Formats: sequence, C-alpha cells, structure tokens
Amino acid sequence: MSRRDHCWVITSNHLMEGDAIWLNSRGGWTRHLHAAHLFNSKSDAEAALEKADRERHIHVGAYLAAALPGVNRQPEPQHVRERMRTEGPSNYFHGKQADAQNVSI
Amino acid sequence: MYQYNDFDQTFVRDRVKEFRGQVERRISGALTEEEFKPLRLKNGLYLQLHAYMLRVAIPYGTLNSRQMRRLADIADQWDKGYGHFTTRQNVQFNWPRLKDVPDILDALADVSMHAIQTSGNCIRNVTADHFAGAAADEIEDPRQTAELLRQWSTDHPEFQYLPRKFKIAVTGSPNDRAVTRAHDIGIRTLKNNEGRPGYEILIGGGLGRTPMIGQVVRDFLPKDDLLPYVEAILRVYNLHGRRDNKYKARIKILLHETGLAILQKQIEAEFRACKARFLGVAPTLTKTIAEAFAPPNFVALSPTDYHERIKRDTAFRQWCETNITEHRENSYAILTVSLKPVGGTPGDANSSQMRVIADIAELFGHDEIRISHEQNIILPHLPLSHLPGVYDRLCEAGLETANVGLISDIIACPGMDYCALATARSIPVAQEISQRFDALRLERKVGPIKIKISGCINACGHHHVGDIGILGLDRAGVENYQITLGGDATEKARIGKRAGPGFAFEDLIPALERLLDVYLTLRLTPSETFGACHQRLGSKPFQHALYPEQFQRAA
Repeated sequence: MSRRDHCWVITSNHLMEGDAIWLNSRGGWTRHLHAAHLFNSKSDAEAALEKADRERHIHVGAYLAAALPGVNRQPEPQHVRERMRTEGPSNYFHGKQADAQNVSI
Repeated sequence: MYQYNDFDQTFVRDRVKEFRGQVERRISGALTEEEFKPLRLKNGLYLQLHAYMLRVAIPYGTLNSRQMRRLADIADQWDKGYGHFTTRQNVQFNWPRLKDVPDILDALADVSMHAIQTSGNCIRNVTADHFAGAAADEIEDPRQTAELLRQWSTDHPEFQYLPRKFKIAVTGSPNDRAVTRAHDIGIRTLKNNEGRPGYEILIGGGLGRTPMIGQVVRDFLPKDDLLPYVEAILRVYNLHGRRDNKYKARIKILLHETGLAILQKQIEAEFRACKARFLGVAPTLTKTIAEAFAPPNFVALSPTDYHERIKRDTAFRQWCETNITEHRENSYAILTVSLKPVGGTPGDANSSQMRVIADIAELFGHDEIRISHEQNIILPHLPLSHLPGVYDRLCEAGLETANVGLISDIIACPGMDYCALATARSIPVAQEISQRFDALRLERKVGPIKIKISGCINACGHHHVGDIGILGLDRAGVENYQITLGGDATEKARIGKRAGPGFAFEDLIPALERLLDVYLTLRLTPSETFGACHQRLGSKPFQHALYPEQFQRAA
C-alpha cells in the first residue's frame, strides 16, 4: 500500500501511566494498536479526534497517526515512531511488548 | 561535597509539596494538561513515547554514595530497575507513573537532590569537568564556581522565563573536558600574567540545529566579578534574545545576529550597572563552598599490589590503560567506570551496579562519585593500591569494560527508543557499532576515537563534536543516518562537517567499517589518531570510503 493509501488511528498517552493508547471501535481506549479503530476517512478520524480530545482527564495529547490495515484489518503502524510506541523500546524488553496481556484502561 | 543547609532543604521540600498538590489537581481534573505541562516541566517531568520521564539534576556531576544508593532505590521502587545517565550530567528515569513522582521527589530531597530546572527556559543544571578536584592539570576545582552559580541561578526570579533554555559549563583545567565551547556560557579558569586566578568567559556556543562554537567575550574576569558578569550576560540575553522563533532564541543566534563587538559592549555596560549594585558574595558562603570542595585527606598507600597485578594480568592491565587517568596525587588514580559494555545501552546502570559503585566509593574512594557528560561514572579518588580489589568488584557487577576513549565508548542520546522528539533510534546504532568492532577485534588497533550519536537535530548526543558524528533523521517514516566528520569537543572545539548523503540503518555499520579501514590504511603511525589523521588529510579520502560507488562513477 502506498503512503497516500494509508488509514488513520487516534492515539494518545495515558494520563496516569504515560503509555501509548488508541481509540477503539466502542469509543473507549485500548493499550494495543491492534485493537484500535481504523479510520478510512481522515474527516471521520478528525471528528472522532475532536470528541476524544474532550476526555482530557484520561489522556494527554491525542493525535491522528497514519496506520495500515493488516491481517483482519487490524491496524499496523506506518511510521517507525508509531512502531516504537506500539512495541516499546528496542534495547530492553519493556513497554507494550512485555505487557501484552494488559489491555484494559 | 556541598551539604544542603536549612534554606536549601526547606526550599526543595516546599517545591515537592507544591508539586504534589499540582499532580493531585491534574489527576482530579482541576488542572488541564495545558495548565499542568509547564508545572511538570519545571520539576523535570517529561512525557515521552512510552511513559513519563523524570530528569534528576546531578549538580556538576557530583554524587556521594548515599545519593547513588537512593537513585538505585528509586529505580527499584518506582521504575524498572535502572537509570540513564545523560550528556548533561543528569540521570533520567524512563518509567515513572504520574502519581508516584511526588514520592520520588521526596525520596530525592532526603538526600539533597531534586529535578528543578532540568527543563524549561531557565538556567539548567550547571555542568563541570568530571575530573574536578582530581585532575593533575587542574588550576582550581571548577565545582566551587559551579556551586556558586547553582545557588545564584536556582529559582532566580528574573531568569525563569528566558527566551530559551540556558546552559553553563565550567572547567578548571586547560584541557577542556566539559565541552565549555558548546555552551551558552563557557567558563574556563585560568591565571593572568600576575598569576591571579580568574576566568575566561565564552558565550554563544551550542549544538542543536544551528551548531556554533562559543566566542570569548571576556578574556580575563577577576573571580569576584563572576556573578555580576554572568548576570549581565543573562540580562542582555533576556532583553534582546529572540522570542519570535524558538529555533532562533538561543544566545548563539543573538551573538550571530548582533555581532560579538556590539554584544560585548552591551554586556560590559550592564556589567558595570550590576557590579555597582552587587554587594559581593558573603564571605561565610565563600568559605562554606571552599570547605565543601576541599580535597579529601589523601593517604599514601604503597601501590605494590597494583604493579604486581599489572605484570601478571593482561585484562587488568588493558583496563588500566584505558580507564585510568592521572591523578594530582602520585599514589592515586582517577577511574572511569565505563557504562558502555559491548551491546549495552550507553549511559545505563542498573540498581545493583549503582550500589556496587556506591560501595566502592564509600570504602575506597573518599565517598566521591562523578557522572561524566560522556555517560560514564567516575571514581575520582582511588588509591592505586585499591585498584585490583576495585577491578574484581566491578567484574562481578559487569562494570569492567575496558574501552574508555575507544570506538565503543559512544555517546548516544535515548533516541526514538524513548524520546518524543527523536526522528530515529540512537541506542541500537551504538549497540551494533560496539558489537561489530568487538567481533572484528579492531577497537584497540583503531585507538582513541569519539563517536557521538544523536537521534534528532537537537543534538543531545553531541554528534557535531565527535570525530565521527551520527545524526539519525526521518526520511518518509524510515530512519536515515547522516555522518559528520572532524568534530572536536575539547579546548580546540570544532564542528564536524557532513560527509554526504545519509545511510539506511542496515547500511550504516558497513559504511563505518569502510571509514575505519581507510583510516588504518592512511594513518602515518599507530599513534596518529583518527581525529589527527582527518585533520591532516581532510574529509576527501574518508568520503571516498563512505561513498565508493559515487566516486567510482565520477572517476
């Protein structure tokens, strides 16, 4: 898929833990990108972002991130920065990669 | 070292209490993030890619064993069991939870530490030569000056909202180990023709997106004039520094746009006004600071064990060759404990390692520890006689890497593994370099070389002043690495020049291998360092090695 064909996810950092979170299809938040809602339309994503941005007691600094539809249309990061947020650092087995079971917010 | 008095202690505790209230109000929703962000940054709390990050100041890089143990305790209780020592002589915890941060700050306050002014547009943690008080070439311990500046600048009401951050570094030696020429103010202790100690003052140095070498604004400043003179620089900068564009807001840009002669006149005029108002540093304070940094009671122990071990143990001898620096006392050594094991993360120490360092400092090293801007730990006062025992303890803790000043002694910023500003990863590049050249067994053959890696243009990894600088950038979502050559961080400071187009992550290590191969071919003798060889020949032969296809096509 070319760069212009990508989709969108809404992502932020959790207020208490500071870790990366994503908006899911139910309008809640998930700690894992694969459970995030994938927006095909940027305008839909922007509308959802505006709504999500009001929940500032839960998260910090929501934004749209480019994502690609993977297996079963589960979002995959397009940019290396988003891949790092999705997986955790590469020098230690810390962050999301070590915390795969903990998806609840 | 300097001990907090009641004023210091009360100030730090009050700040923790204040921040505790701010955190509570953020969590309750009474404060928005827009309101809270400047407050948390004033207390060193960043939000990074995976978590919050707390940056703790280590003033002029000096710690004692009690403080180091407390850092270890914090790492265990509230973080993931390690700390990351930085090029600013700070320590960063990468995983604290918001609600725990006030408790961490209280734990730091117990041992006279804090995270104040480690962020924001204020005067940051004053840094100094990590060999302060121990170096054989030292004119005066720079920490006396740095401590005076720390007290003056902490919570200084006039300088809390500067156009941009402001960094001051101090060296007390002619050999500059504090990179003073790449700071907003660099202070170099020297003696005038009459043998009187004073300072050479440089301004306008800095790395980042517009790297510049500092320029001498005053070639000799009497010691007593330090505070009014520094105040004058800050006042001129605060007034005239640009606030319309954050990328042009540092004093280096003001210097560049105004010109040294005009800025110098403005500073001197302001200095006269400041000096007229200045009542001088209270003699009791001068005395307290001088006593705090008085040399320890050195003891003359016979170094027989040390010499005997050198003869029979190659690994110990090699470690001494790279990690020991001459001390001002004959029977002592300055030990640099490398935080750059092969394949490790530059600057990281786990809590057990921190405790081992603390134990060694307390038992053998006059209870003094330093953090270097090169992301290593220094034990500045070790009797030679204790070195064999210290080495054995370090071996047990995995801290015996014998590579100080060599290829794998790399400065690397956290990069995109942690940092929200980064455009590429730095740590895996450092890891791969150390692994590759270890496998090739080339490290000692290549000899002294400085490799410095930054994961973005902000240059926290000092890439501009490395013999080889590596800058990680983002090219359409993919990491790309530019190489600069010929930088120098010493008293002969020089900004490196970009060698050519960047390399993909997987092409970078082979490129460095070609670069070092050609150096080994071209050097006149094994003692001609990479930096000296590059100075002699310029970049051309090294560019040929980096971009062989390009040059073949051109031929």
